[in-house]
Amino acid sequence: MDFLNGLVTLANFVLIPATSYGAQLALGALGVTLIYGILRFSNFAHGDTMAFGTTITILLTWWFQSMGISFGVLPTALLALPFGIAATGLLLVGTDRVVYRFYRRKKAAPVILVIVSVGVMFIMNGIVRFIIGVSDQNFADGERFIISARDFKDMTGLAEGLALRTTQVLTVVVAVIVVAVLFWFLNKTRTGKSMRAFSDNEDLALLSGINPERVVMVTWLIVAGLATVAGVLYGLDKSFKPFTYFQLLLPIFASAVVGGLGNPLGAIAGGFVVAFSEVTVTYAWKKVLTYWLPDSLAPDGLVQLMSTDYKFAVSFAILIIVLLFKPTGLFKGQSV
Amino acid sequence: MSQSLRAPLLFAFVAVLFILEGTTSAWIFSGSWNTSLGILNMALISAIMALGVNLQWGYAGLFNVGIMGFVALGGLATVLVSLPPTPGTWTAGGGPRIVLALLLGAATVVAAVLIQSRLPKGRVRALGTLTILVGGFFLYRWAFDGGVSVVEAINPANAGNIGGLNPGGVDGFRDWGVITLLAWPLGGVLAAGAAWVIGKTALGLRSDYLAIATLGIAEIIISVMKNEDWLARGVKNVIGLPRPVPYEIDLQNSASFVERAASFGLDATTASTIYVKLAYMVLFTVVLLVLLWLAERALKSPWGRMMRAIRDNETAAEAMGKDVTARHLQIFILGSAICGIAGAMMTTLDSQLTPGAYQPLRFTFLIWVMVIIGGSGNNLGSILGAFLIWWLWVQVEPMGLWLSQVLTSGLAEDNWFRVAMADSAAHMRLFTMGIALLLVLRFSPRGLIPEK
Repeated sequence: MDFLNGLVTLANFVLIPATSYGAQLALGALGVTLIYGILRFSNFAHGDTMAFGTTITILLTWWFQSMGISFGVLPTALLALPFGIAATGLLLVGTDRVVYRFYRRKKAAPVILVIVSVGVMFIMNGIVRFIIGVSDQNFADGERFIISARDFKDMTGLAEGLALRTTQVLTVVVAVIVVAVLFWFLNKTRTGKSMRAFSDNEDLALLSGINPERVVMVTWLIVAGLATVAGVLYGLDKSFKPFTYFQLLLPIFASAVVGGLGNPLGAIAGGFVVAFSEVTVTYAWKKVLTYWLPDSLAPDGLVQLMSTDYKFAVSFAILIIVLLFKPTGLFKGQSV
Repeated sequence: MSQSLRAPLLFAFVAVLFILEGTTSAWIFSGSWNTSLGILNMALISAIMALGVNLQWGYAGLFNVGIMGFVALGGLATVLVSLPPTPGTWTAGGGPRIVLALLLGAATVVAAVLIQSRLPKGRVRALGTLTILVGGFFLYRWAFDGGVSVVEAINPANAGNIGGLNPGGVDGFRDWGVITLLAWPLGGVLAAGAAWVIGKTALGLRSDYLAIATLGIAEIIISVMKNEDWLARGVKNVIGLPRPVPYEIDLQNSASFVERAASFGLDATTASTIYVKLAYMVLFTVVLLVLLWLAERALKSPWGRMMRAIRDNETAAEAMGKDVTARHLQIFILGSAICGIAGAMMTTLDSQLTPGAYQPLRFTFLIWVMVIIGGSGNNLGSILGAFLIWWLWVQVEPMGLWLSQVLTSGLAEDNWFRVAMADSAAHMRLFTMGIALLLVLRFSPRGLIPEK
């Protein structure tokens, strides 16, 4: 019984939150890694792209709610999501036309493109602030829990409760669908194959008649979808605040680099590695260990390796370790 | 416009902006010398940061987006120097224990690095490193947690931190304000130390990795400063730091000062605030000029030519026998140290340290905008960029308000569009900076005063 109680506590505070956070990071990192693979620069505006997509989705969610449209037990935001993706896609393709294309044609150095993306980041951040302001927004509705802690206790008779929130399950389900569609697209369709060819060897791809502008446009559209989905899921699970989204840039970069920049499979693995490390290192293990260890060994302290405020430090430490020992990432990524 | 006239004319233009701010209250200007000098002082500090970034980017092509972290370390140095030691910290055993813990932590890392470099690759090395790291971590936490709980228990409402080096004691530390000047070089040293650690790990890898690593370390430095209450009170903030210039209230109480002010036709309050700001201005200008002179000397020396050679073609420079990674590390440390000095000066000017106020957009990316717009590779350009962009950063809000009033002047007071426009003026800053950066990058990529 003690073992089960410990397991339930672990699932409740570590496994479930880390899985949904990992799925959100993986989606974010996929966007960064795709841009890196096709356009060959680290996009600093990615966090703000996520914020923009989420902002549009939130506005539409409120509008739907005011008209009385709802999605039953699921959050209304899911209905608004496709429109959010479309708006973000328009913004990204427009940005590419107005800003990035010029440097691509000039074959500018990657670091120049990074600086350009910093400029884009400023503008997107400004746009988000214009639209929705800087404060916290909560837009989750529908059923809150699939299983609440109390129901779980009643059902199983265990001392510890297990709460499973709708948004957590939703995050994982949506992430799985999105990733499945993305990999199907990259591996089975003509456009997807041309994208991979372009990423592997630009010159050969051009030689075989692949239209680079089309590849780039499709990439931006996919990135818009990934970023908006990641942003909305994160916002549903936690809450939406533009500055938090900007800060997400660091764990997202860490995930992408850990997995190997430019490698989509690596980005997913990286997202989960970063999320699980963040949660396990900052979790206070006292309760679980008290259940699992014999009484004589029960810990006195919290057995928390680092305070929760240092979660950035964890993603950073993983990043440094990987950079030092395996610079191309866990899965082989690209290097320029 | 010829190249030689360009820099003086642009600087004159900026000077006119500051003079207008001080003299006229038309349009967006406030007509107060107090405001004008306030903007100028922060512009001087920004100019020093821009010099540091220009050293890294303009001379060596290193993309450092962790400026905020180095600036914050400088601020930390100011607190650690200018405050008096908190009574009881060193006697009750808290302070020594923290020092011991930090030494233990450092020893652990050094031991792990030694094992990694001395032993042959294999199971023994991996196990040994792991044992040392895990064992060292728990040893460190044991010593550290004990020390911290002692220090943080001392008068937590007003102190709870270890304090600093000020010899004046709790009652007289304000008379020792001049010691704050010592914090400026020390801030540079702290920042240089952090830069050494980052540079050792991330330099020599791809340029994007340095960017991501510095972005990360800056966030970590800020979260350490927010959470380690024993160090500088964390988010409880440190206020009322002593300062190297006189206090306004002392000036107002001095009969001779009031008399002097009256002879200029000023009342004592205005005169004292302006006097203090002018004093800071002189200090900051001296630092800026010294650093500018050093940077120019370095640029024109063989060392500077080598740096630019490395920047323009690493492979060729390496073939000539130059140690590219070592030179990069060197200039990365120097540039970061300059940012640290500027950070210490800023905390001195504010007389307070509020870790929550460090935002990457303001302290990292805004400095980048200054350097790029001013002209990367040109020290004068970076300084001009700092003055111009800082002025713009402050004035964009009044400009936005003015613009929204003009655009909506025909509408009723409570018209939704008018209200929305007035609200969004507050968010104009980031947007304007982004537009300015993109425009310069596109149409004048070498900046306002290009590199010669």
